[in-house]
Amino acid sequence: MNSDLLSKEIRKLSLEMVHNSNASHIGSALSMVDILAVLYNDILKFDSNNQNWEERDKLILSKGHSCVALYAVLGLKNFFDIELLKTYGKNGSNFMNHISHKVPGVEFSTGSLGHGLPYAVGIALGNKLKKIDSKVYVILGDGEVAEGSNWEALLFASHNKLDNLVVIVDNNNLQSLTTVDDTLSLEPYDKKFLSFGCNVVKVDGHDHEQLNKVFSLNNLNLKLNVVIAKTIKGKGVSYMENEVKWHYKSPNTEELSTAIKEINNA
Amino acid sequence: MRNKFIEVLVEEAKNNDKIILIIGDLGYNVVEPFQEEFPDRFFNAGICEQNMASMAAGLSSEGFHVFIYSIGNFPTFRCAEQLRNDIGYHNLNVTVVSVGGGLSYGNLGYSHHAIQDLGLIRLFPEFKILAPGDPNETIGCMQNLFSTTGPSYLRLKKAGEPNKNKQVPNLKSGIWNKIIESKNGKIFLSTSGGLKLAFDRLNAHKKYKDFGIYSCPIWGQKYKYLQQSQIDNFEEIISVEDHLADGGFGSWLRESIADVYSYSKLTSLALKSNIIGAVGSEEYLLKLGGF
Repeated sequence: MNSDLLSKEIRKLSLEMVHNSNASHIGSALSMVDILAVLYNDILKFDSNNQNWEERDKLILSKGHSCVALYAVLGLKNFFDIELLKTYGKNGSNFMNHISHKVPGVEFSTGSLGHGLPYAVGIALGNKLKKIDSKVYVILGDGEVAEGSNWEALLFASHNKLDNLVVIVDNNNLQSLTTVDDTLSLEPYDKKFLSFGCNVVKVDGHDHEQLNKVFSLNNLNLKLNVVIAKTIKGKGVSYMENEVKWHYKSPNTEELSTAIKEINNA
Repeated sequence: MRNKFIEVLVEEAKNNDKIILIIGDLGYNVVEPFQEEFPDRFFNAGICEQNMASMAAGLSSEGFHVFIYSIGNFPTFRCAEQLRNDIGYHNLNVTVVSVGGGLSYGNLGYSHHAIQDLGLIRLFPEFKILAPGDPNETIGCMQNLFSTTGPSYLRLKKAGEPNKNKQVPNLKSGIWNKIIESKNGKIFLSTSGGLKLAFDRLNAHKKYKDFGIYSCPIWGQKYKYLQQSQIDNFEEIISVEDHLADGGFGSWLRESIADVYSYSKLTSLALKSNIIGAVGSEEYLLKLGGF
């Protein structure tokens, strides 16, 4: 399966999980599906049969509310029986509606924003101390970037030249009530990150070829890498795209069917 | 106490290369022996307590025992959610070290008074609280720390505390440490700076001359179940702590028997909230606060 087909499967499973559990945040999940598909298909070093392999690359999902997409890709990559996705949000399930480390393949639980990057900095530092040549990727929401803890972490990572850390900003420009620009503008992102000593790359967060190219780059300048991925919230389901209400709403049976058809025909 | 802490940490780190010390830009004239001996395992996180705590969690997930060191409320209240979610919930081997427990920082004011810290940390079920009352208990607490794993909170006072324990006690989690035997079935039971206060009270009042003194330096939610049987050994127990009464050690002790009968009389000596905003030495503030 190539990353394009993988992204379609992730989108469909994500929609089904949210529908079955009458859950929120599908727009946020769809926004980062292509990033996950490229990472898990072509970039990350991992072994689902040896999940604690010390030299594996690690992905930290800081925007933990987008968990369905990560659960889906882990299921598709055989970290657990994919049937378990049907338990998402159900009584007694490990599949919490914010990303949970009790699910195989999930490195870290989040849900409160601004925790993923500082934690990833600790892993990156640990790998440096152990002289392990693996990378840590952390996905942040763009609204989440406003949390002060992220900037504390960037200061430390930059000061300590953690070039084994890749920060990916899912830049869909929509947060809880309206656009990021209208809430608490973070533009210009690139200059802010640059001024913190980071190596900044901008990319179309839905273009697999571009994503693959950027993630495959070897960083030779010993700097922390920040990838600003321009994305569309709700990407892949036209009636959800750029609509704030899909931060909250769950698709009903008819809406789910429309969405699945659209993805299959894309 | 803080010097004893660093001395023991340095010794342990010589045999354990997984020990890491991260400071929050504090520890002048204290942490240097570790920094000099283990420059690769020493980091100054800067004045960034939230990052320091989460980063320690991440490092610990890679197999390290991480100590994060700061003073007063900075490594606790400032980053409470990081302790709760990242260190506690993930059950990681991180020790949060706070120097200046209670009113140690006297006239530095309310911002520097750690008088609600135990209340905060005891909310987190995964955390072991280590609150020594003198340098010998500090060593005992450190020995206990190195023999177990998981989230922990080490509440230190400052420097110059007299040893009330004649030797280093063998401290077990949740188990009381006998320092003076009771002659009448009544005891003071201290934690942290309460140890010195218990001795002061015993020496100052004839009515307490037959009381014993015990300390409980290692406690927390995990060890509540061990309290009932110890409480039942005494007719009267007066808990003593340099912390506000609400949410403190005495409150924890009473909650540990909330669902059962006990014939022991339990009362608490703790700080009164009138010290908030008051200026003065630790001794002055303790007196103002009810001691």
